[in-house]
Amino acid sequence: MVYLYFPGCTLYTKAQNLDEAGRECAKVLGFELKELSNWTCCGATFPLAKDNIMALAPPVRILARAKEEGSTLTTLCSVCFNVIKRTNQLIKGDEEKREKVNTFIEMDYQGDVRVLHYLEILKQEVGFDTIKATMKRDLQGMKVAPFYGCMLLRPFEEMQFDDKEAPTIFEELLEAISCEPVDFPYKIECCGAFQSVGAPEVATECAYAVLNSALKNGAEAVTTTCPLCQFNMDSMQKEIHEHHNDFRGIPVIYFTQLLALALGLPAEKLEFQRNDVDPRPLLKEKGLI
Amino acid sequence: MKIEISRHKVHNAFAQKVEEISGQNLFACYQCGNCTAGCPVSFAMDLGPHQVIRFSLLGLEEEVLESNTFWICASCLQCTSRCPKGLDIARIMEALRLVILRKKERLDHLEVAELSKEFLERIPQIALISGLRKFSS
Repeated sequence: MVYLYFPGCTLYTKAQNLDEAGRECAKVLGFELKELSNWTCCGATFPLAKDNIMALAPPVRILARAKEEGSTLTTLCSVCFNVIKRTNQLIKGDEEKREKVNTFIEMDYQGDVRVLHYLEILKQEVGFDTIKATMKRDLQGMKVAPFYGCMLLRPFEEMQFDDKEAPTIFEELLEAISCEPVDFPYKIECCGAFQSVGAPEVATECAYAVLNSALKNGAEAVTTTCPLCQFNMDSMQKEIHEHHNDFRGIPVIYFTQLLALALGLPAEKLEFQRNDVDPRPLLKEKGLI
Repeated sequence: MKIEISRHKVHNAFAQKVEEISGQNLFACYQCGNCTAGCPVSFAMDLGPHQVIRFSLLGLEEEVLESNTFWICASCLQCTSRCPKGLDIARIMEALRLVILRKKERLDHLEVAELSKEFLERIPQIALISGLRKFSS
């Protein structure tokens, strides 16, 4: 099966560790990620003002190009997923906005591409049982706290991704790859999002609350699917230490990196050097690398 | 003593503007405070999101626009997800940002020039793009 793939701005640069591992896992699991040609940035925010039609132009253009090349569009980044999926639904249901945007971008898109997150492909198309059967490396019951954040889940009515307060898709994946999922109360909270630019001290408090909760519940690592969550919770741990002496620190690992390890891919290919809190000591301790 | 009861003060021009941009009916709010209670960043806000809605209806434009509430909002949609009246509070916060950003003075809350070169090299594109789309006109 071939899926059109939209990497998004950050996966080509700072989040190569999310992207590379995702592409490699697809090969092992027997599906192909075909990169969408001529893609642009999705805008990184879904416009919340009713009259902000201009902000719909980039995601609609992306969807229209996807329509020319296929019938589904897949992302790894939860923000891209949120922006593109919400836009898709809006365009499908709102004739007036559809016409305005189409006229502006000089394309004709009706909202009929299926937008899928990579996790949905794993669950619905590949199946967690298949993943379990394909595993080459036992992750030794590593205790991993799955962090969903906001964008995969909300708004629930539009995303239709998983339960809005108690999602389980991440846990199911972690179990399939022989990790022990850690349940913790902050798994659907906010990492601070773009406040790392506007009010970094607020963002670090959010990240601290999440990470500390994961630690208190016994996690050895946290996993995410979003480059923004990753930045706030991984790279900003330096700042968290400055405000909280008691903070122990914890590696934050993209779910594709964990999956790739379980599928037996060589660690050198997984860009662990890009994770600011180095996960390699933990992985060594577990005998995984 | 004469007491004048008027709906005009409550449904003032400012509240109307917020309603227009957000597409939300502020009157639906019954001040339960669920939005503020579940908000992950309300600890840093001058006014809770529920207070901002009430203040807007009371015509307290200055108090609302001077508060940091909507600049601190991270658009995580937890309030929207949990509002028992189905109000999309994140849209109300966006409308308040836009009330300021759309003024002819174009007073941006954040400018790229304010960010150090070191920080710009460090942050991922996704943070910079989403941040500047929220904080600048």
